[in-house]
Amino acid sequence: MATLKEVQSKIVSVKKTKQITSAMKMVATSRLRGSQNAMEAFKPYASKFSEVLGSIAGKSGEDVSPLLISKDEVKKVAVLLCTSDRGLCGGFNINLINKAVKMLKSELQGKEVSFVCYGKKGRDWAKKQGNPIDAEYIGIMGGNVDFSVASGSGQALIDSFLEGDVDEVYLIYSDFQGMAKQIPTVKQILPIPSLDEIVEQEDTAPVDDAGTFLPEHICEPSSDALLGKMLPKNIFIQIYDALLQTSTSEHAARMRAMENATKACEDIVDELQTIFNKTRQAGITSDLMDIVGGAEALKG
Amino acid sequence: MADKFFLEVVTPQKAVVSEAIQSISAPGSEGEFCALKGHTTFLTSLKIGSIRYKDAAGNERMLFVNGGFAEVLPNKVTILAESAERRKDIDLTRAKEAQARAERRLSDKAADTDIVRAQAALHRAIFRIKMAEIR
Repeated sequence: MATLKEVQSKIVSVKKTKQITSAMKMVATSRLRGSQNAMEAFKPYASKFSEVLGSIAGKSGEDVSPLLISKDEVKKVAVLLCTSDRGLCGGFNINLINKAVKMLKSELQGKEVSFVCYGKKGRDWAKKQGNPIDAEYIGIMGGNVDFSVASGSGQALIDSFLEGDVDEVYLIYSDFQGMAKQIPTVKQILPIPSLDEIVEQEDTAPVDDAGTFLPEHICEPSSDALLGKMLPKNIFIQIYDALLQTSTSEHAARMRAMENATKACEDIVDELQTIFNKTRQAGITSDLMDIVGGAEALKG
Repeated sequence: MADKFFLEVVTPQKAVVSEAIQSISAPGSEGEFCALKGHTTFLTSLKIGSIRYKDAAGNERMLFVNGGFAEVLPNKVTILAESAERRKDIDLTRAKEAQARAERRLSDKAADTDIVRAQAALHRAIFRIKMAEIR
């Protein structure tokens, strides 16, 4: 059986670990609030944008933008992989990376795949596997993501798509559905799947706040030209949204992981405390036996 | 006094303006336009430039807008921009730095300089400085 001193120092060290994990949990909680606010602030822009886009997309044909046209033969694929910069967030990054692995083994088998990595964990993985990395963005995840990151990398992708360097682009990110639910998701962003999806059930006529129907927009320049300008922006919006969602998911995942770790620490401390008490009691008992034995011997 | 209608300027980061106004003029890509309450529904892309509007009390206000889109409805104008700031929020030193950087890039003429991007950056910087210096 371990000595009293050993058990005691174990208890102290587990308690220290517990302090760290519970502090990390609190940090993650406050960061989570920050990125949820950023998501909240982004919502009006995104929803208004898709509303306007939907209203003009309904009027246009499929051939308004080269971004809509899928290539006859898909050889080169770019995958945007959103992960976190830091670990200690449970299976968060592994889940996202597994999604990429699964894609590489199925749909993307035999194709030339290159990665654009947002976040250090995904970058490290891609590097280790020897996958080519077109671009990497480290130090942006989890903090205040700037829109220029999304528009800059989005523009680069659009350029290489138009030049034929890339035939398809996929986005892997973590969809934030709630504190306990973050789902790794794959989304095709280039070629743009179809205008029908953008239009959804949106009515093409604009509606004012009171719900009365208004005449169709007068567009300046033409609605096709406007759509041509808006579609690339819509890609930036999707990337930005993915970055925000992944950041938020990261904090939520870390919060849960740290909460579990804190609980596990408590359990271990309880167990160790029992061992400590037992050891102490055993010591006292054996001391008593010695004393009693000694007394008996003297008497005899 | 002109009838009031609503102006909303939203960027991905936040809503910059959300208030009742009397009139607005904005730099449409096909030309500057002005809107009052009851304007027909209208959609346009915007150039880099300044948005001027009269707020409910009749004060002239100014915003810098970095391109984007404007949707005009009879009782509401919505402006979607990647960035927009009120005149007082313009960071003059940052804009001047950006101007110097862009000019340096354009004059260097290195092979890998993205001329279009550098020109756009210069354009933005000059506009911001101009607006900030109007008194």
